[in-house]
Amino acid sequence: MSEKLQSRLDAVLGIILFPGMALALYMALIGAPRETSSGMGDLQRIFYFHVPAAIAGMTAFAVNFVASLMYVIRRNRWWDNVALSAAETGVMFFSMVLVTGPIWAKPAWFVWWTWSPRLTLSLVLGLLYVSYLLIRNYIEDPEKRALISAVFGVIAFADTPLVWFSIRWWRDIHPSPMLETGNLGRSMRPAFFICMIVFQILLVFILRRRFYLESLRGEMESLERQADAAR
Amino acid sequence: MNTMPYLFAAYLAIWIILALYLYSIHSREKTLREEVRRLKQLLKNKP
Repeated sequence: MSEKLQSRLDAVLGIILFPGMALALYMALIGAPRETSSGMGDLQRIFYFHVPAAIAGMTAFAVNFVASLMYVIRRNRWWDNVALSAAETGVMFFSMVLVTGPIWAKPAWFVWWTWSPRLTLSLVLGLLYVSYLLIRNYIEDPEKRALISAVFGVIAFADTPLVWFSIRWWRDIHPSPMLETGNLGRSMRPAFFICMIVFQILLVFILRRRFYLESLRGEMESLERQADAAR
Repeated sequence: MNTMPYLFAAYLAIWIILALYLYSIHSREKTLREEVRRLKQLLKNKP
């Protein structure tokens, strides 16, 4: 894809995101009806950003997994750049989840945090990808760094399905999947799906921006080598 | 129990995290762009 087309795509995504985020916010805070069945009331509105952020984070970790696997097979720096961009973007989305979760838990469960399977595995998942980013800083050789982090990325992803299925497999204080159990009322679904779509577009936009940053870094390293050789 | 401050705090946290991350990408991109431009200029001026 040409550079002109790439920047046009970024501009289109940005133009979609601006009203998209405003619409998502409106639907979550005003458009969706007030929850009445469990007695949480307006507090339940955290759900409309909390869950899409979690799914966007897990999608980013899945991208990291595929890109890491591709790097191990192909040893192409392009895949390493995709994997790094996805890991960092995933950590950003998952930090939203790990911050809003306790804020929701305190008035709902009367504790900020509890070591339930879903919460513990989610924290571990976030920390695994923070470790992934830290590991990269400590390895100087680019080839070694890319390979070690790719192997780490493939192994770290094993926790993602555990987070997803934990509330289906084990007893947990965390609510069961709302769509599958029918706990999410029909009138709440438009707000949820709009937020989901907007967060997925946001994920693509941020991933692309972060990937461009890595491409720039590659260009800078190449120019540095040329400058060193010319000395 | 008044839960509105928690709702406000949760949404505020999301926007702060997003804004900080976008700012971090923007500032890193700006620094790298300047470095690339400087290196290109350096190589161009080399005899």
